[in-house]
Amino acid sequence: MRLYFNLFKNKLITNISYRMSAIAGILTQFFFGFVFISVYVAFFESGNSDLDLHKIVSYIWLNQAFYGLTYIMLKDNDFVSMIKNGNIAYELCKPINFFKKWFSTFYGIRVANVLLKFLPIICIAMLLPYPYKLEAPVSIMGFALFVVSLIISSFLVTGIAYIFHILIFFTLDDRGIINIFQVLGEIFSGGSIPLYLFPGFLQTIAYALPFRYISDLPYNLYTGYFSINEGISLITCSIIWLVVIVIIGNILTKLALNKSVIQGG
Amino acid sequence: MSFIDVNHLSKTFKVAKRNSGLKAALKSFVNRKYVSIDAVKDVSFKINKGEIVGYIGPNGAGKSTTIKMLCGILKPDSGSISINHMSPFEERKKFVKDIGVVFGQRSQLWWDIPAEDTFDLLKVIYKIDDKEYLETKNKLVEMLDIKDVIKMPVRQLSLGQRMRCEIAASLLHKPSILFLDEPTIGLDAVSKEKVRNFIIEINKKYKTTVILTSHDMNDIEALANRIILIGRGSKLFDGTLNDLKAKFGNCRKVTIITNDTLKKFNKKGVCKRTKTDIGYEFIIDINLISISSFVNYVGEYVDISDIDIDSDNIDNLIIKLYQEYNI
Repeated sequence: MRLYFNLFKNKLITNISYRMSAIAGILTQFFFGFVFISVYVAFFESGNSDLDLHKIVSYIWLNQAFYGLTYIMLKDNDFVSMIKNGNIAYELCKPINFFKKWFSTFYGIRVANVLLKFLPIICIAMLLPYPYKLEAPVSIMGFALFVVSLIISSFLVTGIAYIFHILIFFTLDDRGIINIFQVLGEIFSGGSIPLYLFPGFLQTIAYALPFRYISDLPYNLYTGYFSINEGISLITCSIIWLVVIVIIGNILTKLALNKSVIQGG
Repeated sequence: MSFIDVNHLSKTFKVAKRNSGLKAALKSFVNRKYVSIDAVKDVSFKINKGEIVGYIGPNGAGKSTTIKMLCGILKPDSGSISINHMSPFEERKKFVKDIGVVFGQRSQLWWDIPAEDTFDLLKVIYKIDDKEYLETKNKLVEMLDIKDVIKMPVRQLSLGQRMRCEIAASLLHKPSILFLDEPTIGLDAVSKEKVRNFIIEINKKYKTTVILTSHDMNDIEALANRIILIGRGSKLFDGTLNDLKAKFGNCRKVTIITNDTLKKFNKKGVCKRTKTDIGYEFIIDINLISISSFVNYVGEYVDISDIDIDSDNIDNLIIKLYQEYNI
C-alpha cells in the first residue's frame, strides 16, 4: 500500500508545481462559469420558470470548482504512449499491481488538478453579486453529504477513466470510440447541465447509469435539490457502483494483459 | 527439473496487412486481411542455474518474443515455461521479483530526473530494506563506474552511461536471473567492454543466470559459453560455442586479388567461388584442403597480388549458419 501511496504522492507533487497552469485553469473555469450562468439568466428573464435559478448557479460554480477532479475526459499521455510504443514491457516486469498503480497515478493527477483551483473559485464565486452568487450550503448535513459523495465521486471517476484507458489496449487508439464513450459519460454525469433538466426519457437513462454519481449527485446535495434521506440512499448506490467499477476495471486489466502484444521489437 | 525449463513453446501473432497508399487503406477499412506470423514455434530448452546463454538469431527470428515470454509479460499460445518452479505469466507478480530485465531499446529510467531517483523508487517497488539497498547500490555503482553519472538527469546522459544505469537499475533487487535484450546496442567499444566485464563479474560473484540476445557476435563470444540459435521461430542449434565452431568453423573465406583470369577448376574442398571486381572469393573447407595447398594450387595459374584469409570469425560462422539453414 505504501508503494501506491508513494506513486500518488509523486504524481501530486509533480503536477502541483505548475503554477501558471493553475492560474490559467482558474480563469478558464470562471469564463465558462459566467457563460453558462449568463445563458440561464437570459433564459429565466425571458419567461417564467418553476426552476430555482439559485440552485442552478450554485451547481455551475461547484462544477467549475471541482472540474479537475470530476472531469471524465482527462487522458494521461504517459499511459497512452506506453501502450503505443511498447514501454509497457518494463511496466510488467515489475512486481506492481497494474490496476492499483495506475489508479493511484490517475488519482494523484486529479487531486493535483483540483487542489490549487477549487478554493479560489469557491471564495470568489461566493462574493459575486446576485444572480451570479454561489449560495452557502442549505444545511450542515447537506454539506457533509456533499463532501462524502464528492470523495466517493473522485474514486468513481478515476475508476471509470481507468476503464477508458484500459480500452486502449483493445483499440490501440485513444480517440475514436473511446472519445465517444467519454463524451457520453461527461453528459450523463451532469458535467454540462444538471440531470433534472434533462427531458424525461433521457433522465431515466441518466439516472440508471453510474455517471450521475460523479457530478450530479454531489452538487445537488450541496444545493439541497436532494433531501438528506434521498442523499443517503443515493450515496449507498454510488458506493455499490464504485465496487462494481473496480471489479470491472480489474477484469478488463486481466483480459487486456492476456491479449496484450508488446509493440515494437 | 532444471532451473529454466521451456517445453514446446509457441506464439503466433495476427497482423493486419495492407499495401501502402490511400486506396489500399480504404480497402482495408472494409475488408481487412490478417496474416498469422509464427513468431516462435515449438522451442524447447533447459538452462541450469549460473549459466550464461546467448540467444541469437537474425532480426525477426523470435528472440525478443521468447524473452518476453520468459519474463512473463507475454502469454505463450502453447507450450510451457517453468523457471525456478514458477510459471512466469501465471505467477507474474511473484515471478518478476526475482528477475532483472534490460531491454536495450527501451528505458525504464525516468527521463527528467537523475537515475538515482529511479533507483529509490525501485527500492520501494521491490521492498528492499535500507541497508541492503545501499550496499547493493554502492557495489553496482562502483562496478559499473557510474558514481557521478547517477546524479545527472537521465536525458543528459550518453547512451553508454544510460545503459549502464539501466543495468544497475535492473539488478538492485539482486535477481537470480538477468534477461538482457540487446544490452550493447549502439554502444561504443569501451562501453561494450565495461558492460561485458560487468556481466561476467556478477555471474561469477552471485551465480546470476544470464540470458542475453545480441547481434554483436563479440558479445556472445566474450560472454556466452552456450548458444541457442533461433531462426524463423524455430530452434536450430543448441550447444557450446566450440561445438558450433567444430561443426561449422572449418570453412575459411579466402580472397585472392589478381588481374588474371582463372579457369574453372574442380578441386575437393572448395565450396564456393565468386568473381569480384578485383579478383576471386573462395570458401574452402580446411578439413579437405589446407590453406597452403589451396594457395599453391591457385598460384600455379594466376599471379596473386594480394591475399586475405578470413580467420575463424564468429560473424562468418553465423552468416554461414544462416545460409545453411536458409534463414
